[in-house]
Amino acid sequence: MSMFNKRKITVVSIALVLAMFAAGCKKKAPPPPPPPPPAPVNNTTRPTGPTSPAPVVAAFTAEPTTIQRGQSSTLRWEVSGDVTSVTIDQTIGAVQNTGNRRVFPSESTTYTLTATGPGGSTVSSAVVSVTAPTPPPPPPTGDRGGGSFGTQVESSVHDIYFDYDKYDVSGEGQNTVQQDAAALKSIFAQFPNTSIIVEGHCDERGSAQYNLGLGDKRASAVKDFLVQLGIPGDRLKTISYGKERPQCTDSNESCWQKNRRVHFSPGQ
Amino acid sequence: MKKFIWVAIVLSGILLIAQQPDMVGRIDKGRGTVPVIAIPNLRGSGDAQGLMTVFNQTLWDDVNSSGVVKMAPKTSYPLTVPQQPTDFTAPAPPSDNSRGKKGEMTTIPSGGGRWLSDWSNPPVNANYLATGYTAVQNGVLVLYGWMFDLSRATAADAQVIGKRYLGGVDEAGARKVAHEFAADIVATFGGQSMFGTHIYFVSNRSGRSEIWGMDPDGKNQKQITHFNSISIEPAVSADGTKIAFTSYYHLTPDIFVFSVEPSRDLRFYNQSASVNSSPSFSPDGKKIIYSSSAPGSRCCRIFTSNLDGTGFKPITSLAAIDTEPKINPKTGNDVVFTSGRSGPQQIYKMSMEGTDVERLSDGSGEAGNPSWNPDGQHIAFAWTRGFAAGAWNIFVMDVATKQYQQLTHGQGKNEQPSWAPDGVHIVFSSTRNGKYQIYTMLADGTHVEQLTTQGTNDRPVWGK
Repeated sequence: MSMFNKRKITVVSIALVLAMFAAGCKKKAPPPPPPPPPAPVNNTTRPTGPTSPAPVVAAFTAEPTTIQRGQSSTLRWEVSGDVTSVTIDQTIGAVQNTGNRRVFPSESTTYTLTATGPGGSTVSSAVVSVTAPTPPPPPPTGDRGGGSFGTQVESSVHDIYFDYDKYDVSGEGQNTVQQDAAALKSIFAQFPNTSIIVEGHCDERGSAQYNLGLGDKRASAVKDFLVQLGIPGDRLKTISYGKERPQCTDSNESCWQKNRRVHFSPGQ
Repeated sequence: MKKFIWVAIVLSGILLIAQQPDMVGRIDKGRGTVPVIAIPNLRGSGDAQGLMTVFNQTLWDDVNSSGVVKMAPKTSYPLTVPQQPTDFTAPAPPSDNSRGKKGEMTTIPSGGGRWLSDWSNPPVNANYLATGYTAVQNGVLVLYGWMFDLSRATAADAQVIGKRYLGGVDEAGARKVAHEFAADIVATFGGQSMFGTHIYFVSNRSGRSEIWGMDPDGKNQKQITHFNSISIEPAVSADGTKIAFTSYYHLTPDIFVFSVEPSRDLRFYNQSASVNSSPSFSPDGKKIIYSSSAPGSRCCRIFTSNLDGTGFKPITSLAAIDTEPKINPKTGNDVVFTSGRSGPQQIYKMSMEGTDVERLSDGSGEAGNPSWNPDGQHIAFAWTRGFAAGAWNIFVMDVATKQYQQLTHGQGKNEQPSWAPDGVHIVFSSTRNGKYQIYTMLADGTHVEQLTTQGTNDRPVWGK
């Protein structure tokens, strides 16, 4: 009796050892199986019927088809049939089946509409051509001897320069303001009902927000000085451009100095 | 006696079978308590497979940039990837071979990827595994996503996330389900997904400086203003429904407040002044704080006003250039701002009434661009400390102690930082690769990602 049990136990333990041995052996990894089909979902399933045809793009137009840069064009579209999604490229994205959208392309652009449904996809395009605006006609040349208003402002009212992070008009700058005052008196006498823009600028190094303030202080300082020298304040309009409109962009003192300035330009 | 021996043998046999292989290197890898997660490439059934490259990249990038987990590299992963809980098997009892001849432990037992321990053992050494698969059902992209805690004994015990996500059967849908799955994963570790938030910034790629918006991963860049002028300095309200900015549309710099959705001018009343600029919102979105040279051209004081610009009131005096005011998002009461009142621009703090003025930066170099962390205790800002004028770097400061930490170190100019709503990410502009472009990074300066490439892009703000 015990001998039979011993054998049984031996057989079992050998079998166990073999099983463990087999499980512990490293097999070569089989290729990964394809993912299993998803478990059925408890939604109402759509009835299977005959497949519907692809959606129809009844219309996809741009109006106008040609614009000047800065203007807008309106895209209009109408999609019918069995549709699940309508998208337009050029960052417009998903849209309703029927609609319109104003676009402001800066260069000639082809807009592509894709209408998708269970029956397939339909693609349609609309093109908006963009032209550069025509330059304004040159201003009539005055019959004044000294040249036009704009020309005289650009050539005889000179820029004033500043030290870093400073807005006081000092040294060389004071001489320039005095010369500018004389030039402005002459220009205003020739051209009544004109005004001059006094622009304040900064070099690239300070924060953009702080420089908006610094440019304003520079323009104000120059205007205040000119008013003291007898120029009517209501004909001088100050504006700060901070570091938004640099004259040059090199990162060296020569360029930075050119940007730390007040510049005069013709007003309305 | 014999019975006793057999019982002992059987008992030890049971113990051997029940014993798990060693969980090596599970918790602390010397990086403190940052958990390690393994995220293999998931696969898609049928039509879904074509979308899986985009899906997997989005899922990986979102979790990787969250700052709350470390990623186990994909090159260390086993060959077989379980795609659902039932794909896991339990380890078989260890064999005589692996238990060592003469006490040598030469190989760790492996299920080729089907065991939890295949992912927690070397070389993967992960604490968590995220996996699943996608399929198309009734014209909808379905993601089945799971995350497993690898310290548990069985797959059933280990499941931490088990969820279905739905999207369109296109790239946008693949990104959506990936973003949502990543958000759930990140939330488990106490992080916050930035999916659904927005970054507003200035771009000149259309030929003029305009205000643009984009997703926090740089996708969906859209032009918001079409003023064809100079439009700059965007700010966003705490609830993400409004933006404010400065524009030369009316010839001189003036403030504009727009609703985001739909994009509409809410009409801000600007004082008659040569410059009205640098607007930002109070935490309740009902007030604007800004910098102005009112009256006329006396630049520049800080003003508060109602959302429509009425009820304006100066809170600093006519001494110097005061700008970039930002209200504490937690208290709604203290304001940090940039001022030139002591010479070069520095960062100051004051109350909403303009009292208790205190300088935060130490007076060296130039400082600007302060931005509050949502915790109301830290600011990020730009400083030239240690470098020449104009050579900006990003710093973070504890406002109470004024202790600061430098995050960038001279790779180009690094400016205009803005905190993400999660208080962990920062968006900023940098010239490190040439022109100003927009980047994000974590609050410790790591994980720098470039978001823009077209034209020049800067002055970003991050909101809901």
